[in-house]
Amino acid sequence: MDGQVLNDIRVIDLTHHVAGPYCTKLFADFGADVIKVERPGTGDPARWFGPFPGDKPHPEKSGLFLFLNTNKRSITLNLKSETGRKILLELVKTADILVENFSPRVMPSLGLSYEELRKVNPRLVMTSISNFGQTGPYRDFKASDLVLYAMGGAMSSTGLPDREPIRMPGHVIQYQAGTMAAAATMGAFLVARYQGVGQHVDVSIFETQLGSSDRRTTFLLGYQYHGLSAVRESPTGVPVGGIYPCADGYVAFLSVPAMLPRFLDMIGRPDLITDPHFASPTALLSPETKEFIHELLLPWLLARTRYQVMAEAQRARFPGMVVLSPGDLLHDPHFEARGFWVEISHPVAGTIKYPGPPFRMSEAGWQVRRPAPLLGEHNEEVYCGELGYSPADLDKLRERGII
Amino acid sequence: MVATLPLEGIRVVDLTVVWAGPTVTMILGDLGAQVIRVESRHHPPGSTRGILPPPPKEAVPRLGNIARCYVNLDPGERPWNRHAMFNWHGRNKLSMTLEIDGPRGMEVFRRLVEISDVLVENNAAGLVERLGIDYPVLSAWNPRLIMLRMPPFGLNGPYKYFQGFGSTVEAVAGFVWIRHYPDSDPASATPTFHMDAASGGAGAFAVLAALHYRNRTGRGMLIDLAQAENMVQHIGEIILDYTMNGRVQGSFGNRHPTAAPHGVYRCQGEDRWVAISVFTDGQFVALCRAMGRPELAADPRFSTQEGRYAHQDELDQIIQSWTITRAPREVFETLQAAGVPAGPVMTEADVYADPHVRARNWFKEMTHPECGTHEYPGHLWRQSEVPLKFETPSPCLGEHNEYVYKGLLGYSDADYEEFVRLGHIGPDYVFPQRTPAR
Repeated sequence: MDGQVLNDIRVIDLTHHVAGPYCTKLFADFGADVIKVERPGTGDPARWFGPFPGDKPHPEKSGLFLFLNTNKRSITLNLKSETGRKILLELVKTADILVENFSPRVMPSLGLSYEELRKVNPRLVMTSISNFGQTGPYRDFKASDLVLYAMGGAMSSTGLPDREPIRMPGHVIQYQAGTMAAAATMGAFLVARYQGVGQHVDVSIFETQLGSSDRRTTFLLGYQYHGLSAVRESPTGVPVGGIYPCADGYVAFLSVPAMLPRFLDMIGRPDLITDPHFASPTALLSPETKEFIHELLLPWLLARTRYQVMAEAQRARFPGMVVLSPGDLLHDPHFEARGFWVEISHPVAGTIKYPGPPFRMSEAGWQVRRPAPLLGEHNEEVYCGELGYSPADLDKLRERGII
Repeated sequence: MVATLPLEGIRVVDLTVVWAGPTVTMILGDLGAQVIRVESRHHPPGSTRGILPPPPKEAVPRLGNIARCYVNLDPGERPWNRHAMFNWHGRNKLSMTLEIDGPRGMEVFRRLVEISDVLVENNAAGLVERLGIDYPVLSAWNPRLIMLRMPPFGLNGPYKYFQGFGSTVEAVAGFVWIRHYPDSDPASATPTFHMDAASGGAGAFAVLAALHYRNRTGRGMLIDLAQAENMVQHIGEIILDYTMNGRVQGSFGNRHPTAAPHGVYRCQGEDRWVAISVFTDGQFVALCRAMGRPELAADPRFSTQEGRYAHQDELDQIIQSWTITRAPREVFETLQAAGVPAGPVMTEADVYADPHVRARNWFKEMTHPECGTHEYPGHLWRQSEVPLKFETPSPCLGEHNEYVYKGLLGYSDADYEEFVRLGHIGPDYVFPQRTPAR
């Protein structure tokens, strides 16, 4: 079969900023027809967030928007007008999925609650992504990546013991929620497609953090098991864990006690396996042994470059790796050899390298069919070509500020 | 019409370890799949059912946040059944023990693969190849099989066989560089595991998409989820800043690239903090009023976003002088009532006491035969028509051997006895004198 895994799915995309658009990007990049519905005039606010080429803001050149909206089509529509609402419902009839990430009061206030949408399309999957979910006392609270990681994630135990807790970088909390929303939406889609039953999916970014595999779930259950909250601690890991300097930068280690022989192999001292510091599990976990290990490791590291350290570590099958900056990453031989970076040409922003697929399928997988859309680029294609409006109708809608 | 969960009738062979792979199979189980963990008694993974070999009981209180998570800090008779780093994601799953490379092991494994739909693995690089169970072999047995492999760096390329945990792969993927303390160097970054957090959802999405494709074509497929690549997606705009502008972003810490104030502020009490993010002039005015300092909003240093950004050190001091005499929850409630994004830095104890978490019934009470009754972390989303599944707690090692060997694979009592004798079946890990990592 030609095409891509999801090329028989249509998604109406009412999302903006990061979490929602990343969810629909995953659908679009694997073949779904994603129609992004944007506010006339200004569009998705992410168009106004950087980075911009040369730091000059331009709504068609935002790096954030360009990355998050590949393979989508864009139409403009004023959902606050009655005509706009009717047009959206026409689109919903043709769709399998609708994704939105407004604050929970917005869709009902537009007359577009799930109850309304299912009336026109009972097989519709509606996915709502919000900070705290569609119900509960914090439903309407405001948040940010920082606030959501502070409340939901493992922030209280991230950072050094004598410093303030520190957050995850950029927008990764929202990306994580967008990824989870894509899985949730795909599951609900399978029910709709094969059993004929639509569904409302409620994704709370806060809950995607509470349930995050990045330590939080372990610590939550740990608290139930032993009554202790996690604390900020110096990097643990036996024989070694954490970030260490070397001759030309930094390297990262994490290991478990069973890897001691590999560690000693890495630093060229397999003979030390019989050393009393390592004689018993209790000795191995002692502060004296930690000190002993550091005295062996630090001079060894400082005599080597980060890539040399990684080569020696991996030869010994010990989890040691280079610390790369986002710039270094573009020059790393592995990502290059895998062909991970892809050049995408955009009519206004030009040709730029983007991160490639999140995963690769042996057939019908990830593809770039088109760059991120210009604001309203597909108005004619969708309204005239697919919904049957005439060019004259389109002009009228335009005059009335509806598109 | 009453619908069922989408993966009712789908069987998943689970060869996963640590967190990333198990999160995928947890989600598949939540969606109704029968997930069967295939576990080796003789080569236990070093960091899945707790850190192995298990620590002596007296050492547990001195261990780190993760390693110590035994019920009552006591590893007990079978530590591998009592650790939180496994038991949070084991819900709904079954466990069988099998040495794939032992006598008759491949025969059993093949029977299981032949009647399954999905196989997920994220083992140490090369293990699948050494066992001789890579995709060409499995798809010849079962062409409808979807095999999801999650190596840190993918199935080809120079780092194909590299060993890594979430926190070291993050270093390669650029994360350590952008999330350490900005006034210090990357060595100030303590381990986080965004790789695992990112992979779970992506892997589940991949399997679900492949199942849809199989419904249309009748064919399975191989999915190569290079976890490093998947997490680089999550910093897409930071990569584009480099590819567009040649700018290598550093760490902003808790600050924001353009908005201020934006950070965590010390509150009353031991190690108590509140996070505050101000993005607009209106939110800043509201913050100043809430602090009883309305005049600050008119201060020319702070009245514009640019001004606030340039003077954020001063602002941070002012804000902290207000928060330091208040509990995080008081600051949170005051600021949210005023429309300012804010929230306490919540410890695990805080989460269990949180009224919103309680109102949404996020935790699920569950009784585990070797751990007792506890409240377990809940689902990652909710859906209106068919609730996600949480029927059984994490399986004990080999708990479902009888069901799988006899009920599912059709082995006789005599065969079963032989598998016991051959060492495949049992409730315990078998540790050699000194465990060499495999």
